[in-house]
Amino acid sequence: MSTVEAPLYPIAVLIDELKNDDIQLRLNSIRRLSTIARALGEDRTRSELIPFLSENNDDDDEVLLAMAEELGVFVPYVGGVEHAHVLLTPLETLCTVEETCVRDKAVESLCKIGSQMRENDLIERFTPLVKRLAAGEWFTARVSACGLFHIAYPSAPETLKTELRSIYGQLCQDDMPMVRRSAASNLWKFAGTVESAHLKADIMQMFEDLTQDDQDTVRLLAVEGCAALGKLLEPQDCAARILPVIVNFSQDKSWRVRYMVANQLYELCEALGPEPIRTDLLPAYVRLLRDNEAEVRIAAAGKVTKFCQILSPELAIQHILPCVKELSLDSSQHVRAALASVVMGMAPVLGKDATIEQLLPIFLSLLKDEFPDVRLNIISKLDQVNQVIGIDLLSQSLLPAIVELAEDRHWRVRLAIIEYIPLLANQLGVGFFDDKLGGLCMQWLQDKVYSIRDAAAKNLKHLAEEFGPDWAMQHIIPQVLEIANDSHYLHRMTLLRAISLLGPVMGSEITCSKLLPVVVNASKDRVPNIKFNVAKVLQSLISVVDQSVVEKTIRPCLVELSEDPDVDVRYFAVQGLQSIDQVTMSS
Amino acid sequence: MNNGGAEAAVAPVGGPQPLEWKFSQVFGERTAGEEIQDVDIISAIEFNRTGDHLATGDRGGRVVLFERTDTLDHVGQRRDLEKMDYPINRHPLFRYKTEFQSHEPEFDYLKSLEIEEKINKIRWCQSAYGALSLLSTNDKTIKFWKVQEKQVKKVCDLNVDSTKAMGNGPIVGSSISTSSKQYMANGGCTSNDFSLPNGGLPSLRLPMVTTLETKLMARCRRIYSHAHDYHINSISNNSDGETFISADDLRINLWNLEISNQSFNIVDVKPANMEDLTEVITSAEFHPIHCNMLAYSSSKGSIRLVDMRQSALCDIHIKLFEEQEAPGSRSFFTDIIASISDIKFAKDGRHILSRDYLTLKLWDINMDSGPVATFQVHEYLRPKLCDLYENDSIFDKFECCLSGDGLRVATGSYSNLFRVFGCSEGSKEATTLEANKNPMRRQGLTASRPSRSLGSPSGVVRRGKGADNSAVDANGNTFDFTTKLLHLAWHPTENSIACAASNSLYMYYA
Repeated sequence: MSTVEAPLYPIAVLIDELKNDDIQLRLNSIRRLSTIARALGEDRTRSELIPFLSENNDDDDEVLLAMAEELGVFVPYVGGVEHAHVLLTPLETLCTVEETCVRDKAVESLCKIGSQMRENDLIERFTPLVKRLAAGEWFTARVSACGLFHIAYPSAPETLKTELRSIYGQLCQDDMPMVRRSAASNLWKFAGTVESAHLKADIMQMFEDLTQDDQDTVRLLAVEGCAALGKLLEPQDCAARILPVIVNFSQDKSWRVRYMVANQLYELCEALGPEPIRTDLLPAYVRLLRDNEAEVRIAAAGKVTKFCQILSPELAIQHILPCVKELSLDSSQHVRAALASVVMGMAPVLGKDATIEQLLPIFLSLLKDEFPDVRLNIISKLDQVNQVIGIDLLSQSLLPAIVELAEDRHWRVRLAIIEYIPLLANQLGVGFFDDKLGGLCMQWLQDKVYSIRDAAAKNLKHLAEEFGPDWAMQHIIPQVLEIANDSHYLHRMTLLRAISLLGPVMGSEITCSKLLPVVVNASKDRVPNIKFNVAKVLQSLISVVDQSVVEKTIRPCLVELSEDPDVDVRYFAVQGLQSIDQVTMSS
Repeated sequence: MNNGGAEAAVAPVGGPQPLEWKFSQVFGERTAGEEIQDVDIISAIEFNRTGDHLATGDRGGRVVLFERTDTLDHVGQRRDLEKMDYPINRHPLFRYKTEFQSHEPEFDYLKSLEIEEKINKIRWCQSAYGALSLLSTNDKTIKFWKVQEKQVKKVCDLNVDSTKAMGNGPIVGSSISTSSKQYMANGGCTSNDFSLPNGGLPSLRLPMVTTLETKLMARCRRIYSHAHDYHINSISNNSDGETFISADDLRINLWNLEISNQSFNIVDVKPANMEDLTEVITSAEFHPIHCNMLAYSSSKGSIRLVDMRQSALCDIHIKLFEEQEAPGSRSFFTDIIASISDIKFAKDGRHILSRDYLTLKLWDINMDSGPVATFQVHEYLRPKLCDLYENDSIFDKFECCLSGDGLRVATGSYSNLFRVFGCSEGSKEATTLEANKNPMRRQGLTASRPSRSLGSPSGVVRRGKGADNSAVDANGNTFDFTTKLLHLAWHPTENSIACAASNSLYMYYA
């Protein structure tokens, strides 16, 4: 065994650890592969390191994944683009392993390298690799091959192109559904590189074969690529070749296929002109909105606003709106929730009159829904409708809905509504807020769930920001400070939290005059938890108030706490004192 | 030449001749007077798709793999034999390959429940790259295993002296000196600051690796847990190669093999009020060809066929198979013995085989009025149902299997017996075999030797009539309810059966 000079020691260790028994150390070394390569130099990286890595293919999946990723950016370390092909060997092996994420990463890296390679190397090295994988014994190799064709194809000479197209056609009809799935999901990438004549003939043939596959999962992925494929075609070809398939799929036996159509339909509309949308896609979409399967209706309902945006308002009112009315009374709460999350967006599309006449009743009925998510989704998008018809029309129904949500027995629901309060305040204005909602905000401060109390404190901060310190002085501060006399220490703790958040918003003057005395007072509390929270709050207020106040009020208070019998109180007090010192030193 | 070849030569044209079963192999044979450990009792058997591998699971949570040897080495020789048109007497032979601990006993602290390690089911997955992969499950947790040959390597020619490295290097050691810790912390980071010469550093070298041997390693790749409130009774792979289902008493969940933290509930038979519960799921299996179809059986003796395309929640079946009971024949035991313990699709996907306590039934999925065939497995037990109920034997869960060609079916019984029936049109084949080295021993006693059974209906039915309440059958054989043959599997391509008699794995061929 040789000895290595001291400065090289870390690299030497790094290299040795490529073969360590501990997986963490091997991973660490693989992640620093570029360092090792630089230490070895380009020549030895090509002649030794890469072959070494190629043999490393039975390592743990985590290590292989890291290796696949590193090799993708390894071109500079093997001597640049003209030597990039040496990287293909280890990656080819990784393309055949069983673990999907390793294979995916290896394919990704191969694509990265392939897109840099010289044309000649692509033809002589990359394309044969693709062909080898496509003819691989294990299905894993063939799955990987599908993702590489779009790199190999463009630079290939004419005969090779023909061959590649024919190989891809075979992959689309492979025995293994996994391979067909991969072929289906990569088809649009490959199609993007194929000349338009072949696109219309060969690729569309493959597409049609895949859309008639026995396996639902293959057909699903064929739908997924529809929109991307459609955009490659001329609108009239798209209407002739893709549209019938989609219309067919929208009536597929399998709900999962229909679900996928519902998700993709909007994208496909972009590829088609307005005429086929009106004659074919709109009826298909309406069918999906009325599908038997709730999952399909959920997907379709979620796209209702986007779909209306590409239609004329008349068509939307005539065809979509009746469905929306039905969906708002759907038996599945999830459908109603999906609808509620987007339906407000229809207001700007339909305009003021139609909104008041048609949409408003729907909003109101959703606001009274028995399922809290539905109501919450409506409230979260209030701003969209406010722009069109103003909030007054809604406010009558809004208030009961908010109050009910605010008192919901599930704390997550209460939490969600608190998070919308700043938005509501902004939309409803100060007047409405003061009358109706101010009380609720205070009530939450004394909720029995910590997360709610915490969110309530944050909410006060947002409100103070929204309406300004003067308003807060009148409407928040007095009520909040009253909590100081609460008998429950957790409530007093919430007060401290609120003060630490409000301080920076209210500014130095109000903090000193109103907030700080309360905090200092709380330092005499009998509960240690309150006392160390006082220490924490004081620390956070250092930056808010003047240096003089720090020295006059905060420091003495902290000094006193630092002599407290409780160890935690002393700890946080000392921390506070230290940060005072830091601030003093820096200023 | 030996018997097998000779018999094949004289097989008559027309209906298939009853098979003459012969003992092939036994693994873990019980020696006389040997006490059986509970953990060694086999609880699952499964051939893989090609029939080249066999897996067993036991109550101790272990999975044992066997590999076929007769096709491994003699491929060339076999081809030569075939060329010579020479009758080959070749039957599947297996050898022990490896074993691993799949499940450990656990405790669910939230429910104060012990979860035993017993393997309930094993299912093979499509494998790639020379690795074997399978799913195994106990009552609660499904695991995905990959068994692969790993090279045991010896690493030498390290840059850092190995003796020194023990003290200095950041190798997993008990005592790492502070100085080396610094190196560890800097491990690769500092090296970025080095100005490395263009040609590289010649003194550094890569470790040399020499392969010593290869070793089989089982790795658990994924654990699918916390999705079942009740005990898992079945798992089944989908033909799409991407998903599988797991079924417990009340629910069936759908999983993606790659995703272990989420599953979709597709069947839920749990009533709103548990007091209304009358029926539980006993077994579930995917259709072998159509990825959207699955069948599940119930404790009330019905089989439901479900189409996953129809709806996300498959509470509505597309077909229901159940036999109308004969009026007036109801007794206290009717419901109990109707409970289906296992269902299997035939390879063609057209037929479903089901096993209830006393019979095997074969169903055609195109005919839901009743089974196309019913085979009495041990009808002579019918008068003894009361005793069987008393000692809980009536709740035993017997599995069933079909031959690869779909012409025969098999299932187990008590006293380590198992039965093979011909199910092709007009077949009267009904063989009783005993899981020991002399499987046909019973034949002489029960007068159901294949040669004679051709003319007469199954001898067993006759025997049942004469049986009295004691555990002694008409022929004076005592029946042992403790030695039950619950698990067996038919080789996918050949006439070969593997069955479990407590801790021993017996293999037969015909």
